[in-house]
Amino acid sequence: MSRVTGEAAPEAAADVPSAGHRGELLRQMLLIRRFEEKCVELYSASEIRGFVHLYIGEEAVAVGVNQALTPDDSIVSTYREHGHALVRGIPLDSVMAEMYGKTTGCSRGRGGSMHLFDVRRRFYGGNAIVGGGLPLAIGIALADRMRGEERVTACFFGDGAVAEGEFHECMNLAALWDLPVLFCCENNLYAMGTAVERAQAQTDLALRAGSYGMPAWPVDGMDVTAVEHAARRAAEAVRAGGGPHFLELRTYRFRAHSMYDPELYRDKAEVERWRHRDPIELLARRMREAGELGDEELAAMEDALARRIEASVAAARAAPAEPVEDLTTFVYSPESS
Amino acid sequence: MSTGEQVKISYREAMRAAIREAMQRDDRVFLMGEDVGRYGGCFAVSLGLLEEFGPERIRDTPLSESAFVGAGIGAAMAGMRPIVEIMTVNFSLLALDQILNNAATLLHMSGGQCNVPLVIRMATGAGRQVAAQHSHSLEGWYAHIPGIRVLAPATLEDARGMLWPALQDPDPVLLFEHGSLYNLQGVLAADAEPVDIRSAKIRRAGRDVSLITYGGTLPKALSAAEQLSADGIDAEVIDLRTLRPLDDATIMASVARTHRAVIIDEGWRSGSLSAEVSARITEQAFYDLDAPVARVCSAEVPMPYPRHLEEAALPQPERIVAAAREVVG
Repeated sequence: MSRVTGEAAPEAAADVPSAGHRGELLRQMLLIRRFEEKCVELYSASEIRGFVHLYIGEEAVAVGVNQALTPDDSIVSTYREHGHALVRGIPLDSVMAEMYGKTTGCSRGRGGSMHLFDVRRRFYGGNAIVGGGLPLAIGIALADRMRGEERVTACFFGDGAVAEGEFHECMNLAALWDLPVLFCCENNLYAMGTAVERAQAQTDLALRAGSYGMPAWPVDGMDVTAVEHAARRAAEAVRAGGGPHFLELRTYRFRAHSMYDPELYRDKAEVERWRHRDPIELLARRMREAGELGDEELAAMEDALARRIEASVAAARAAPAEPVEDLTTFVYSPESS
Repeated sequence: MSTGEQVKISYREAMRAAIREAMQRDDRVFLMGEDVGRYGGCFAVSLGLLEEFGPERIRDTPLSESAFVGAGIGAAMAGMRPIVEIMTVNFSLLALDQILNNAATLLHMSGGQCNVPLVIRMATGAGRQVAAQHSHSLEGWYAHIPGIRVLAPATLEDARGMLWPALQDPDPVLLFEHGSLYNLQGVLAADAEPVDIRSAKIRRAGRDVSLITYGGTLPKALSAAEQLSADGIDAEVIDLRTLRPLDDATIMASVARTHRAVIIDEGWRSGSLSAEVSARITEQAFYDLDAPVARVCSAEVPMPYPRHLEEAALPQPERIVAAAREVVG
């Protein structure tokens, strides 16, 4: 594969995805959106607490990239990982229960919103130290390489991570050792409240990764089919032994950094402009235009999701909390202590 | 069964033998760190292992402590058994985020799913005139962290025998090798067995005072005990070996016999491991004590370069003897 750095996304492939496939992409993006809208409601009602970082606006990235992964591949994610977790197939009930801190949560309630884990599905967590997950992805990929496994490790992180030393250590190490990592930089233009141009001397993040000698290119992160296409192309190359690849997924967070912030750092007009590129609207519009989606179908999809989400809330409310006597479990393994 | 054959060996060679044996016994084990391969290790511990096991398993890394320690954590989560070498404890601070926020935390934060069977080895301590960025004893900081096991091999037997059980531990283990010990020479059984990594050991039995220490100050405490013995003071020397979790039972049983305790710790006194041991003795054995607990620690100064100042900054046998005499009264 040619080394593409800092250029526009490669042309879409000739194979046009089917209407059914597009419908599934839409359903997954809606699942994330409606799940998080429910989280806002539950947070406002004080049913769930802590930090809750919403992915609303960025759904096309998780959904698109996930299309390129197999169940054997691994994922390392950030604290804004509800979307990655849900599309990976971590059961909705266990993600919702984790928001409630219940034993039925995917991390038994110990992690909360920022630390969703499902090792059986090779989902190695939400990591809430910016850049902290990158070395883990390197290590998982190294283990795969040493054992001759043809797996890809997808590592998600934001634009903020690009300013961290760990990012540069990991770009270098991954390229130096030719490790099978798909780096997915979700550039939503803000590290919390600090705009990319106020934090990065070089704002072309794909170019930064490309300087380590790995193929890297920007992708329209609001267009799920563009994300899917780019991710498939990159993941296939990684799987074929092409070493690490880097996608700069240009996206936008519609909501506050965490649950609420006064958003003093950005214009309402800017948010509005991006809302016009809402990834869900974008796909739905295309599907309508192609005659693949009617009002009734969409209503049915929404209705089914709403019922699933309500059921997950009911299950989480009813689930047991961990007994206080178990406070110190999972500090050491039983066989160690 | 032991064959009874004894071999002359150094601490460095004992550690190397332990790594070699682990690599032979388990193909999931690999060694990774700065200059562990071609250079042979900054303290020559891994000298020759690259030739024996090849560059995949004796893996030189760039100077990226956070990335390669984190990579060790990731590889451990994914089923390998990495040994990560960090040159010195001062440099380990560049990887502290990975050690604390990931290695020590993942098991809990994932509700018991993410084991991190990783061993991190590093040199610690002063005594070689390498000044304030290569000489500190920060293992006490690491012993503060729940979720990791902290070991300090101070003898040939422990240098040879701690690594294998550390690799069997499903949780992260940190091994602190005091720089002054690498040239320690002695004899060891040719077929030395793995040792227990859960308990402290009495290195010299005594009745009058308990000298409690670990790592690089163990030889100093033993030397002090010999001097005290000439004065008719019979000192017991306890080697903590496992700094976390601490073996309270061995410490308290000793204090119950001797009624006096001196803790020797190369870390700075304030907020140190010696402070923790002292507090535990106060909590658990207060009524056994005939004198206040005493401590011999490093002066609270970044380690100076000149030999005389470095010596003055560190716990020395004379200071241990003086402290023991004081508590014996």
